[in-house]
Amino acid sequence: MESNVMTVPQMNPKSKFNLKKAGKVLLSLALAAYAIIQVYPLFWLLLFSFKDNNEIFGGNVLGLPEIWRWSNYTSALTTGDVGIYFINSIIVTAVTILLSSVMLAATSYAIVRMYWKLNNLFLTYFLIGLMVPIHATLLPLFVILRNMHMLNTYWSLIIPYVAFALPMGIFILTGFLNSIPRELEEAACIDGCSIYKIFGKIIIPLLRPALATVAIFTYMNTWNELMFANTFINSEKLKTLTVGIMSLAGQHTTDWGPIGAGLVIATIPTLLIYVLLSDQVQKSLIVGSVKG
Amino acid sequence: MQKLLGDKKAIFLFVFPTFLVFTIIIILPIFFSGYYSLLEWDGFSNGKFIGFGNYVDLFVNNTDGFTKGVKNSIVLAIVSVGIQLPLSLLLALILARGVKFEKLYRTVYFIPVIISTVVIGQLWMKIYHPNYGMLNIILNKIGLGFLANEWLGNTQTALGAVFVALLWQYVGYHMLLMYASAKSISTEIYEAAKIDGANEPTLALKITIPLMKPILRVCVVFSVIGSFKAFDLIYVLTNGGPLHATEVPTTIMYTSIFAKYQYGYGSAMAIFIIVECLVATVIIQRMFGKDPVN
Repeated sequence: MESNVMTVPQMNPKSKFNLKKAGKVLLSLALAAYAIIQVYPLFWLLLFSFKDNNEIFGGNVLGLPEIWRWSNYTSALTTGDVGIYFINSIIVTAVTILLSSVMLAATSYAIVRMYWKLNNLFLTYFLIGLMVPIHATLLPLFVILRNMHMLNTYWSLIIPYVAFALPMGIFILTGFLNSIPRELEEAACIDGCSIYKIFGKIIIPLLRPALATVAIFTYMNTWNELMFANTFINSEKLKTLTVGIMSLAGQHTTDWGPIGAGLVIATIPTLLIYVLLSDQVQKSLIVGSVKG
Repeated sequence: MQKLLGDKKAIFLFVFPTFLVFTIIIILPIFFSGYYSLLEWDGFSNGKFIGFGNYVDLFVNNTDGFTKGVKNSIVLAIVSVGIQLPLSLLLALILARGVKFEKLYRTVYFIPVIISTVVIGQLWMKIYHPNYGMLNIILNKIGLGFLANEWLGNTQTALGAVFVALLWQYVGYHMLLMYASAKSISTEIYEAAKIDGANEPTLALKITIPLMKPILRVCVVFSVIGSFKAFDLIYVLTNGGPLHATEVPTTIMYTSIFAKYQYGYGSAMAIFIIVECLVATVIIQRMFGKDPVN
């Protein structure tokens, strides 16, 4: 029956098929080409982090390193202080995630579940924070921290980072809490446990997936933050990676290998998290897109 | 349960620390910024109240190129919306319709987004290096050596070079948001349209893109606001140079406050940036109109 309908020359279905196939190949090529544009610079960074200047200036800019010079990494970590910056970043990021998680979980719980009159007002108030750019707070925070003699301490970064993690976290957690049933808490409550026990033993475990989303988002913002870190800290011993890497690059402008190694080291934790949890990371940043 | 959940002491304990930190760090500083912007103040002596004098200096008697910085950030916003978003959209549409290695591509495109802007900035400095940078070497290798340039040191090319790095970093972010939205559209709609003989570009134009309107609005808002607030990458790459060719409002603000000690004047810039972002958000929301009813 079909052949009756086909009045067009027989060549046509085949050429159409080929055209479609050619289109698919072209599409794949375009996607692959764009993937190379996105990743090749990073691959190139990895390569030059193992080279020394003689090799690069001698003409091997793009190729594989002649020898894999791990010494670039040791010299970045030791003489370049990247080791110290790295530890500082870990301390600041870890404390920020821990503190903000507890605070925003407790506050979200009180707002969604507990009985008091002003809960919606407080929720709206906290969500205003989603719209505040850090630039608007930079100088006043600097002045406040200076007056309190808190510049050049971990807290001068941790407290602002915690504050800026709160609105997004409260937004995500209140939404999540609204979607889980109250029965579990009520069942636990019959056994007569305190509100703090309900929160610690029942709510926190229930919130774990949402807290993970928030934690990833907070990690990205904290680990990569530059403006506050550059302004509130100038002691070499307390610098975090973003600022430290800048001063490393400033001091060794011509030393490509150790700078490259420093950049790679600064990126490894993030890439590791991404490789292990790529779907979760992508989800976090999609959820985070409510922030304007 | 009622009594437990109405425990005023517990509520206070759960909410007050958050309220305190949030208010002191985020809300109060906005008012401080507003107040500082009305002062002539070097940050150490007592400030002198000068009303809107700083704002007049910004736009009427401007001497430090602030208006040019604003212009640069507007050009960046236009380039973002005009080049970055269409590219992201194209990638998202292709990936969402299912291709081989869909997940791999999505994951790879997103990598630059998660990497610190400082790392990205240092890397692009090397890419643009006049003698040993990847870009010039590649240009030489493919016979386009005459195009090789001191990309960041040349006032003609510096701004463009900075923009390319900025756009490159965030294509994957917009792609992912759009992809997630396109992926959430039910496949039944496509099946029906396909039976009616629609081809892929028609499907995208007539079905996918209209349904993606809410996320497209988010992306446009992000691109524009992100351009107005852009700081990190520009600070790392050029810090506004050479010869102020790549200044944007935030870099001028940073220099005014922390290099020239013009606290009041710099605060006026901060307030301008906030207002600019709010106004842009409202205008973009209006332009997109209401969401289609789901």
